[in-house]
Amino acid sequence: MSAILCPLSHVETETVLMGHGSGGKLSAELFRAVFQPAFGNPILNQLGDQALLEIGGTRLAFTTDSYVVKPLFFRGGNIGSLAVHGTINDLAVGGAIPLFLSAAFILEEGLPLAVLQRIVDTMQHCAAQAGVQIVTGDTKVVEKGSCDGVFINTAGIGLVPKGVQLAPDQARPGDVAVLSGSIGEHGIAIMAEREGMSFETEIASDTAALHSLSAQMLASGAAIRCMRDPTRGGVASTCNEIAQASKVGICIEEASIPVRPEVKGACELLGLDPLYIANEGRLIAIVAAEDADQLVTSMHANSLGVGARVIGRVTAENPGLVTLRTPLGTLRIVDLLANDPLPRIC
Amino acid sequence: MKYLDEYRDSNLVRALLARIERTVTRPWVLMEICGGQTHTIMRYGLHELLPKQVEMVHGPGCPVCVTPAGILDRAVELALRPEVTLVTYGDMLRVPGSQMDLFSAKARGADVRMVYSPLDALRIARAHPERHVIFLAVGFETTAPANAMAVYQAEREGLQNFSLLASHVLVPPAIRALLASSACRVQGFVAPGHVCTVAGCKEYEEMACAYRVPIVVGGFEPVDLVQAILVLVTMLEEGRAAFANAYTRSVSYRGNVYAQNIVSEVFEVADQTWRGMGEIAQSGLRIREKYAQYDASRLFDAKLVEPTVPAVCINAEIMQGLRKPTDCMAFGTTCTPENPIGASMVSAEGACSAYHRYRRQNVETMP
Repeated sequence: MSAILCPLSHVETETVLMGHGSGGKLSAELFRAVFQPAFGNPILNQLGDQALLEIGGTRLAFTTDSYVVKPLFFRGGNIGSLAVHGTINDLAVGGAIPLFLSAAFILEEGLPLAVLQRIVDTMQHCAAQAGVQIVTGDTKVVEKGSCDGVFINTAGIGLVPKGVQLAPDQARPGDVAVLSGSIGEHGIAIMAEREGMSFETEIASDTAALHSLSAQMLASGAAIRCMRDPTRGGVASTCNEIAQASKVGICIEEASIPVRPEVKGACELLGLDPLYIANEGRLIAIVAAEDADQLVTSMHANSLGVGARVIGRVTAENPGLVTLRTPLGTLRIVDLLANDPLPRIC
Repeated sequence: MKYLDEYRDSNLVRALLARIERTVTRPWVLMEICGGQTHTIMRYGLHELLPKQVEMVHGPGCPVCVTPAGILDRAVELALRPEVTLVTYGDMLRVPGSQMDLFSAKARGADVRMVYSPLDALRIARAHPERHVIFLAVGFETTAPANAMAVYQAEREGLQNFSLLASHVLVPPAIRALLASSACRVQGFVAPGHVCTVAGCKEYEEMACAYRVPIVVGGFEPVDLVQAILVLVTMLEEGRAAFANAYTRSVSYRGNVYAQNIVSEVFEVADQTWRGMGEIAQSGLRIREKYAQYDASRLFDAKLVEPTVPAVCINAEIMQGLRKPTDCMAFGTTCTPENPIGASMVSAEGACSAYHRYRRQNVETMP
């Protein structure tokens, strides 16, 4: 080998990159560098999926999320169902009973009204099914090319029942991690529909409102430490967030993670790991080991939790790190990715 | 899943490992060539399960990693031109050049698109006759046929607004360069299964004979790899330097002749720079004169300048199997997948990146 070349490289960070919206390391960096210094306060700094507020003795959960999914319609749902379910779920995993949503629309000039009507009808249907009301909203129209059809922001308010105290820093060594069902279906359904992706699949998004499941879980009496919905970044990122917040290790058993064969196949084809693929109707709970059976049984009674199972446990070893035990018995790291496996999944 | 689960069968892997254990009597250094194989070894921790005498070192077979930074600089520069749509595989978008990656170029307004096949780039060119569509075509013998097909088809259709920015590398010259080095420690090679599926086995058989080194074609699942390692260890213990194919469900002796034909129709063998290894004679492919109008490097006067070398990086030694990623001072500190210094940290299939992702620290074993 003659010349040895190994060029020094820089990742440009002077501009916003797609990865800043991925929910991975770059998103966390953006929050730390830009948003937290400006907005930081004790409530925001808890970094939950929802802010927990106390007003006149009433505990509220408050959250907001924007939806820019492409394509607008996909197997199993559309941007409207995501906008309702996603915000409800951010409240539900805080243990809250979702009550009210706002809905703000940014519409691109030229969007067919029929498309908007379909999306709005879906939102109303999803909200009604979930027992929440959309009580305020806003509409803005931007010039053609300034957005992609329709962007939606929803915010939600819910009531946190007495005694419910869930937070990502509550996981303790000895606890176990429970997953509500098979993973990766939303992300793969989106990728299958996306322009330029020439593969077909029967996989439908798992988009669903999780608050009935979470309420049932809380009612089971199991000592639940925290719940999260593994959306962007998938199960891997969610477990990393909990491990870091609680300063514990989480060791998951590869063989116990349910992945449907179609999702597995699509992931093999695309070179993706299902652990990093987005879900919109699944949740992960950390629970005291002795209550795990009781919790899983209660989840099986709900149609959204029939696939619930223990996938791993919380350890004192490897704090801040998620590890995975392969079927061969070896351990490997399950890292937090810097970026999306592919941009703009949800 | 059929054709996958049976090759990930942990009982079968353990049985093969036990046979390696019974066969091996002294230390051997083996190299898997392909980044996909490195990835499987790290992902499943196969190196921890092999007997101590069998040391796996990791070869230069990650196509994304070995793509010269100069090509990426060129791609970024072309992408930023207002008339150009730059199209490539998803994993090329985050590979840093000396200034920025293609995602950053996109953030600055460049029209950069991701596809799964160069034929999709042709589709974009047909749909947008007002744009010049450049496909950044990288990879080993495996990706060359589809890229060649895109050029061939563009010529047949008379497409005027499509070209390839090609940076193709060939495996056998890299193995020869490794073997010719006096520092070479490698005593046996796991040859890349997908490359051999296309290119066939002849060249590997000849190298095994000429350099008196065992070469065994291996696949990408744990059973495939452990099987190939067993064959290599058996040969080495018996003092045989032969060629064998341990990936017969995919690899035939002649390879894919149709694919080979389309490649030699469009490309010819040429000298090539490898990121992390420097220039290796006759180790790449360039577009033939006949198809010059589809060669972005001719159309746009692409003179490649490779950026200079930071002293800290030991990538070249890693790619030659002389050292491990964890021997590097920069590993995981100044050199990470987000800010790679060395070629092997660039893509998920590079050795440094696979170590960083799966094994960057010794995870404490749990009861």
